[in-house]
Order: sequence, then C-alpha cells, then structure tokens
Amino acid sequence: MKQFAALFNALDQTTKTKPKVAALAAFFAEAPEADRVWTIAMFSGRRPRRAVTTTKLREWAAEVAGIPLWLFEEAYPIVGDLAETVTLVLPPADTVSNQGLTQWIDTIRALSDQPEEVRKSVIQDAWTQLEPTERFLFNKLITGGFRIGISQKLMTRALAQATDKDEAELAHRLMGDWDPAQTSWHDLIEAEDSAAGASRPYPFYLAYALEDAPEALGAPQDWQAEWKWDGIRGQVILREGQHFVWSRGEELMTDRFPELARAADFLPMGTVLDGELLVWGEDGPQSFNALQKRIGRKTVPKKLLQEAPVCLYAYDLLEEHGEDLRGLPFSERRARLEALCSALPPESAVRLAPQVPFETWEDLATTRLTAREVQAEGLMLKRADSPYLVGRKKGDWWKWKLDPLTIDAVMIYAQSGHGRRANLFTDFTFAVRNGDDLVPFTKAYSGLTDDEFRKITAWVKKNTLQRFGPVRQVTPEHVFEIAFEGIQASTRHKSGVALRFPRMSRWRHDKPVGEANTLDDLKEMLNTYG
Amino acid sequence: MPALTFTDRGIYCAAGDFYIDPWRPVDRALITHGHADHARPGMGRYLCTDIAAPVLRHRLGDINIETVPYGATLTLGAAQVSFHPAGHVPGSAQIRVEVKGEVWVCSGDYKIENDGLSTPFEPVRCHHFITESTFGLPVFRWQPQADVAHQINSWWAACVAQGKTPMLGAYSLGKAQRLLTMLDPSIGPILTHGAVENTNAVLRAQGVTLPDTLHVTPDMTGKDHPNALVIAPPGALGADWAKRFGTVETGFASGWMALRGIRRRRGGDRGFVISDHADWPGLLSAIKETEAENIYVTHGYTEIFTRYLNEAGWTAAVVSTEYEGDSLETESAA
Ligand SMILES: [Zn+2]
Ligand SMILES: [Zn+2]
Repeated sequence: MKQFAALFNALDQTTKTKPKVAALAAFFAEAPEADRVWTIAMFSGRRPRRAVTTTKLREWAAEVAGIPLWLFEEAYPIVGDLAETVTLVLPPADTVSNQGLTQWIDTIRALSDQPEEVRKSVIQDAWTQLEPTERFLFNKLITGGFRIGISQKLMTRALAQATDKDEAELAHRLMGDWDPAQTSWHDLIEAEDSAAGASRPYPFYLAYALEDAPEALGAPQDWQAEWKWDGIRGQVILREGQHFVWSRGEELMTDRFPELARAADFLPMGTVLDGELLVWGEDGPQSFNALQKRIGRKTVPKKLLQEAPVCLYAYDLLEEHGEDLRGLPFSERRARLEALCSALPPESAVRLAPQVPFETWEDLATTRLTAREVQAEGLMLKRADSPYLVGRKKGDWWKWKLDPLTIDAVMIYAQSGHGRRANLFTDFTFAVRNGDDLVPFTKAYSGLTDDEFRKITAWVKKNTLQRFGPVRQVTPEHVFEIAFEGIQASTRHKSGVALRFPRMSRWRHDKPVGEANTLDDLKEMLNTYG
Repeated sequence: MPALTFTDRGIYCAAGDFYIDPWRPVDRALITHGHADHARPGMGRYLCTDIAAPVLRHRLGDINIETVPYGATLTLGAAQVSFHPAGHVPGSAQIRVEVKGEVWVCSGDYKIENDGLSTPFEPVRCHHFITESTFGLPVFRWQPQADVAHQINSWWAACVAQGKTPMLGAYSLGKAQRLLTMLDPSIGPILTHGAVENTNAVLRAQGVTLPDTLHVTPDMTGKDHPNALVIAPPGALGADWAKRFGTVETGFASGWMALRGIRRRRGGDRGFVISDHADWPGLLSAIKETEAENIYVTHGYTEIFTRYLNEAGWTAAVVSTEYEGDSLETESAA
C-alpha cells in the first residue's frame, strides 16, 4: 500500500493539475498492473463493496483508541471525515506491512461473508500495521466512500500519458459495467477488442453554463435550441438483444426504470440514445419533484410505475445500426434521431424531445422566460455542426438556465461547518415572517464568501440566544436572499414547503427583519412554481 | 472564598489583589507569556519571568514591568506566587498561587515536548489546575519534533532541486524561532520577514541561540540567495512581498495541519503538523501529573474536554475567557 499512499500524498499535496497528472502517470507506468486497475476503478467511482457498517467502525476505533464512543462522535464532525477521524484517534502503528493495494483490497473483499468477530479482528489488526496515510486509505476502502478530488478527466489524461493512447478512446474504454476484480490491465487498456462490450455507454458530452448574452455565440442560424429538462441525463443502449440505461453519473440504472425494456420492441438493436429521464404525466413532462419518488428505488412497485411512469426524452442519437455517429454534425444526428423516433408510440417509453424554433436571439430570449410553464429549467443551445465530444468542453453546447427563484429570509439558527470549515458557522436555518412569528422553512450552507462566513461567525458568537447541542439560536437580525431552483409542498416541514438547492445568494445588509418575505409570499410561490 | 476566581476582567486573586492574563485594564497583571491574547496593553503593572520580559517590552512598549526567575517565590499580599516553565515559548510560565495552603496553577498555554528552545514544561502539583484545551480532542497527537524537522528539510531540499523557493508561514513569536532551530542550514541560507526578524533580534539580545538568518530587505530578490528558505508570518505568504522570490512553494506549520480539510484549505502547498500547545495525550498527562482534583478548562474544545474529564473522575468545569487558542486567522494570537 506504500506506493499507493505515496501517490495519494503526491495528489493531496498539490492543487495544481500538472504535478497531479504527472504523479498519476508515473503510478500507471510503474505500479503492479492489478494496483493500476484498482486505482482506475476507484478514481472512476467503482469501489469494493462496503465491508462493515460505519457504526461498527466507530465502535471498533473508539475501543482501540481507549475513548468513549460519544467522544469519537464529537470529534467526527470537527474532522469532517469518518475515515480520517478513525485514522487520527488510533494509536500509532506498531508493525510495518508491505502488502500492496490489491492485497489489502482482497482482504477487505473477503470480509463480506465473514462473521462480525472476524471482520473486527482483521480490521483492528490492519490498523496496527499501517502508516497514517495507508490507514486513512484503508479506512476509505472499508467505508466505500472513496472520493479523492481527482476527476475522471484528469485520470484519463494521466493514463493517456502513461500508455501513449488517445484520451477519448481511453475514456470510452473506462465506461460501462466492468468489474475491477475480474478485469486485467490488458483487457481494460491494451486489448484490441475491448471486452466490456454491449453495455458500454459513450462518455457524456456536458454543456457549460452560458454566462454572457447569446449574441456572443454568433449567427443564430448556426445554432439549434432545445428546452433544458429537469430530469436525469441518461443514455439508453440497445445492443445484442439487451437494453441498458445509464445515468450521467455512470450508474447503471436499467433495473430502476423497467419501462425502458419496451424500447427494444420498437427500436432496432445497435441504437444508443442520449436524453433526459423524466416522469411523463397527462400533460407531458413533469418537474423533478415527480421523479424524486423514483430515484433511489432499486425496485419499483407497480403502483408507483402507474403513478410516475418514466420515459427517455431523447435529444441525440449516438449510435445507429451499431455505428458510432458521434463524429457527425449535430444537425445530421438530429435528423436521423427524428426519423427514428418521431413515430414511436407512448409504450416504447422513448419520446422525441422537441426543438425550440427561433429566428433571432431576442425571440429565443423571450421564449426562454416561459421555460417553467413547460417544466423546463431553461434552454440548451447546440451548434448545428458540432460533433458529440467527450466530457465538459467549452464552445459547442451551452445551457442557458433561468435565473433562480429567490426569497428574503431571516437567519434564526446557526451551526458550525465540517472539516475545513469546522471553525466557522456555515450551516444556517432561515425563517419567513408570519404575523409576529418567524416560521423556519429552509436550511442553507453555501453561497457566501469566506470573508462573509468569518463575519457571520464572529456575529453568531456574540449573538447566541440559546444553545441546543451544536446548534445556536441567534438574534433574528440578519436578512439573506435565498436562491433556489424549485419549490414543492412538504408535510415534513413546518412551513409546508421544501426548496430545491437552496443557497445564500446575498447578505441583505440593506434589509431590516421587518422587510423579509412572509409565509404568504412563500405559499404564493408554491402555487405558481410548485 | 477560593484563592482564584474568574471575573469578567480575567482570573483574579483577591488575597494578593492581582489578575493573571487579564483582558481588561487592571492595576496589577501577572502574565504567563507574551502572546497578544495573554499579554494585553493597558495594565498598571506587569509581572512576568525574566525570560519573557524582553518580548513583552518589544510588543507593548513602555510598560511598568517587574520580572522573576522560574521557581522563585514572591509574597503578594496574603498569596505566595511562583512562575514555572510551561514549555510553550521562551519565558512562558505556569503561575502557581498559594493562599492558606490552597494551591492553584494557571498554566496559560503549554506543551509537554521539549522543543530545545523554551525551558521545558515542568509539572507542578496543585489542588486546582487551570488548563487550556486548544487541541483537546483525541484526534490531535503530535509526532516527535525530529520527524517534523525531517519532513520540512526534505521539502526544502526538494524545492531547491526544482528551482523553487520554499516559504514557510509561522507566527513570529515562538513558532518561527522553533522552526529556525529545526532547519538544516547545510541546505541553504534562511531568510526572514521583518516581523520574524524583529522577534529574533529580541531573543538573540537576551542570549537565546538561533541559527544565522538574513532579513529580507526591500531590494533583495530570490536570485541573491540561491537555495534559500523563507520564514514569514502567514499573512505575508500570498502578498506582493512574496513575489520577488519567483516560483515559490508555500508551507504552513501549525497543529491544525493535522486535519486534512484545514490543511488543504490553509496550508498552501504543504502543511506541517507542529504546535506549541499540548496535544491530547499531552493535556491528559499534564493534568494527571498535577495531582489536582479540580480542573478548569479555558480556550479550545472546552465543553467536550470538560465532559471527558468529568467522566474520567476529575471535577472539571468550563471557564470562559477571552484567550484565543491557536488561531488560524490572525498573526497575533497563538
Ligand atoms: Zn493562549
Ligand atoms: Zn500562547
């Protein structure tokens, strides 16, 4: 594990891209092949199954550290990371291990069918032989929460450097449903005919947000517009008699959306569609709220299938008759998509997403303002002659979202942050006015600058009315503008609403509490946008 | 009435009519050490160790100051007072106060490890012990100073090999001088920011041995002193001041660097875990060695640490003060 720990330290000790890629490339050139495959797997979100519950891990760590469990629990939010907290509370290692990454992963994988006493002794024993960084990584592997701040893009670039292969080809090879325990470096990276085959999706092409006016993009006739839907970006693959549904997060979601099995009855094999997975109601696409019920359910009860049927709203065709179309201009792919999908019946669960026609940018700007009426978040602009690229690239695709909804609210509770923000108050609860009362309706913990967080922290310390554990009730004095992307009715919240992606967009120093919005204002928004 | 009480001006001894590290102006102040949150301006008279006095004068200007060596007993009113090494920075003291056989020790800031620069910490037996809790959580456990020295020197050598200038951020009183003694001068010259060099001069003048340093003057550039390492207050690292050194790598030396989140946010390129405050095992061993039954917990993780002590059999209470612990935000406090 020392080689992997050294790689981790090298990546962790710099914020600059070049040394990160160089460290990774050196690792991919030198490390044992099995360790390379596991490293690729972990940096692309594949990880060994969680071997123990985090509850057990905390108990076992507190036991070895000789501290009461409550003390561990107090330290955890201050450190902000479970694997790191465990690493730090344990006494220093007393022996050294030369086992490599793959051997440790095998040890962890073997735990899942073992009785609890065995898991406990294997893990506690490992802790006594690992250096701090190794121990941290080992704990990350056990808890299955491996996020390391290396994007797949950077890793792919490093792989390209180490192997002299094309970055886009590597990106495609790394996609899909391959199992690091069953896949060799040769099969994954070097073999002529890459084996993962039928299920492998194409890397998604992602748009940047348009920040300036669209006039800067040039002539409107070079562009095509679509609504930006508020669902889950997905790819539906029909190959070799099977169908696969992938989310943009590269998660295989075939079983979560059984509706799409019917697509194979209406579309030929060798077809790959890119589009938005969303709930289709009587009047068309539904808001993200409707899809929420389906997310996170691995199996779907019949009733829910009827209540919230999902379809793919298709807007791009990536493969036809087994041929990769990504190099064709968008206008050509769109024409083929229309030919393929315009006559599909509803039971195919694939629908053709419409284009938004426009003559001038002003026309389009006016149309954009009606996005919420069709349950869209804004517009997508795609250059007519653009190929389908890999990853987030500037230039050919832009998302032109609506401005968020906003409401002015009063801060009433504060809580300190985690990890790097442990010494600041960063988590706040906000209220709207209702007569003389303040009704809490949302939490928010981002959107301010570091400097503002420092200021509000100093203020909270001096204006605490009451403490409830880590939460402080503060004098209702400060008004913040809360921006959010959506609003829905909720029985779990006292205010009766729940917001989507709330954040602090502005500290309204200019507004006294008496000018904050009211519960009625909030209900009005629910009626209009909910 | 207990020998020491906690007031809104500071820790007060009625029997001797004096305060310890007060935060509001009082007539007589006994000072544990020269950090800004413990030694504040505006007191009628100051009393500190002979080793701490020059820095107090340097920082507070023309003050009325009396000094006392470690271990000597003074009689102030009905109280017997003595100062004992706290190991925090040169001259830092734990103040022992005895009134009618009741012994209190106010430890100010302290650390257990001998840093080779400050007079090493000595446990003092007492009935009532006032302790800080800056790093009063079991996640804080320092490595031996020699190991950290090795990390810093390896970093310095690696920077030199890549043609970069390493800049180490450290507080100008205490941490900076401790780092100086840890550096390996065979790698190259050590350059210092004015704030650090001023404190160096004060300490050198009173006989403290520090390695040779070069004060960074306005006309100096990185090219004048190849292979150098620069020590500066954290605030100078990102400033225009640093630009003259070409490609730099920044490092920060603090106990907070033990936490990866803070290290990534605050540590610049590298974070080195080293503190002049006691770590968790250090706090517990210090408390045990005092044999005190009553523990008063000041600045830091006061509530958590107090709860732990109470469960472990001590009688502990949180005391709120205006001391600031090892702040990441300001240069003055430490
Ligand atoms: Zn202090
Ligand atoms: Zn101090």
